[in-house]
Amino acid sequence: MSAPKFDFDIAVVGSGPAGLAAAALAASKGASVVLLDEQAEPGGQIYRAVTETPVRDRKVLGPDYWHGAELLGPLRDSGAVHWPGTIVWSVARPREDVADGHRPIQIGLSRNGAASMLTVRHVILATGALERPFPIPGWTLPGVLGAGAAQVLLKTSGLVPSGATVMAGSGPLLWLLAWQYLQAGVRIDAILDTTPKENWRAALPLLPGFLRSPYLGKGMKLMLEVRRKLTVIGNVTALRAEGAIGGDSALKSVVYTRNGAEHRLPADTLLLHHGVVPNLNLANATGCAQRWDEQQRCWRPTTDEWGATSVEGVSLAGDGAGIGGARAAAEAGRLAALDALHRLGRIGREQRDQLAVPHRAALDRALTGRAFLDTLYTPAEAFRAPADDTIVCRCEEITAGAVREAVRLGCSGPNQAKSFLRCGMGPCQGRLCGPTVTEVIAAERGVSPADVGYYRLRPPVKPITLAELAALPKTDADIDAVFKH
Amino acid sequence: MFRRLPEIETALNAAGHTVSFTIDGRPASARAGDSVTAALLANGVTACRTTPVSGAARGPYCMMGVCFDCLVTIDGTGNRQGCQVRVAPGMAVETQNGKREVER
Repeated sequence: MSAPKFDFDIAVVGSGPAGLAAAALAASKGASVVLLDEQAEPGGQIYRAVTETPVRDRKVLGPDYWHGAELLGPLRDSGAVHWPGTIVWSVARPREDVADGHRPIQIGLSRNGAASMLTVRHVILATGALERPFPIPGWTLPGVLGAGAAQVLLKTSGLVPSGATVMAGSGPLLWLLAWQYLQAGVRIDAILDTTPKENWRAALPLLPGFLRSPYLGKGMKLMLEVRRKLTVIGNVTALRAEGAIGGDSALKSVVYTRNGAEHRLPADTLLLHHGVVPNLNLANATGCAQRWDEQQRCWRPTTDEWGATSVEGVSLAGDGAGIGGARAAAEAGRLAALDALHRLGRIGREQRDQLAVPHRAALDRALTGRAFLDTLYTPAEAFRAPADDTIVCRCEEITAGAVREAVRLGCSGPNQAKSFLRCGMGPCQGRLCGPTVTEVIAAERGVSPADVGYYRLRPPVKPITLAELAALPKTDADIDAVFKH
Repeated sequence: MFRRLPEIETALNAAGHTVSFTIDGRPASARAGDSVTAALLANGVTACRTTPVSGAARGPYCMMGVCFDCLVTIDGTGNRQGCQVRVAPGMAVETQNGKREVER
């Protein structure tokens, strides 16, 4: 057996729609490409387990899910190397120039329990999205999960909620999951819709754009079927998950407020969702500049129309660069791949621009109507910057009240909240609290989130053991750096 | 609480695609291909650990490797993300109390 190769033209991180499309296109044009992904099988979260799901009845997960399988053939035929089960914990450019004047990018990864370094000339980060944190009192109780998490359980294992089940929140994924449960014969006791009434007023002017969306019909049909067959309770303005009296070991009920009155529902499972945000930890730790997106109310790395970031040789594609959905992600992946091929000298500028034309048109089509969805499903402030008694940092168990108190003591932003509170310093590295802490501090200071900044993240972006790091091959210079003092 | 869709459970048992493992020493069974976390949920285990900060019970929240609430001890190694590891025959899964212990 020959030793694995650790040198490629292009590395693609993440095998969701953006990563699959980027890797396939780049490799089909002759570049050596490695596709790195945490999961055992390609698909990302949206097409999770598309090669192996036990849910074989295609009507349950629906045609948009099975569309993901169409991205796998081109990847197989392209010659790209796929390394599943691979954790990327660092992307960096070493300080020293190598002999030929190029400074390749080094990627720290962990595979089968062993760390290694990969050398590439370009990297496309396709790290996708994660569910926007939905901080309510009691959201840390066992039995409270993200709707996206429940969908992963359905796709990968055919697991569905049993016992009393409540879904709460807003956004397309919530309706899609409820619809998928209906197709599978699973009934949800209630859906608590937290979409703010006033969002409709702001979203209406954007409706004409949405009416041109190719996905409109499907989404509407699905939502209407759910509304017809399940109990949907609208205008929910507050939510609380509760365990047994005096106990905190598991969820027992969900308390919601509607028209100023509180109501209680028994619940064994509560599935929360109010949209997704870019999974930007790796881009942030790589040094990519990011900006606050007021419309999507999230931080997003700054990119040009090819996905290129502020760091030379590092591009972004898909929801990791701003939420656009799976179809848009695949097209953005192809555009990033064409630009990478151009930067590596494999295709000329004109050829890049010409090849990009159909993909740019398809990207525009896929993004049609997105502004309407973003505006309609912007979560209410009460759920973005919750009341004082709500835990915002799940790892360190820091409440919104503690963050506000820190602001009164002079804490100016999320990065500073780390030294005040250890907020954002647990194992999730701010993924589950970052957007909330940004909103809480900005509101308390009376400034825009853009002014408070975000966590400054550092590699490793995923935990890695000392034993793994210590086993990395070392040069004499590495050893000198430790011993000569 | 979660259950397997009945047609999948039936097919699973008929084809023998099950995996035997243990949860805190008790024998349990899951579908080959399940993550450790999915296997715990399929066996009625909703809470998989207590936190090192307050000792509160926690269970899985994200199922995609970002929340770190599904941490368990697998074959003697603590702090493993159960949702990122596939259950294997004979695997010893333990719920985790508080922080990871030295040498675990």
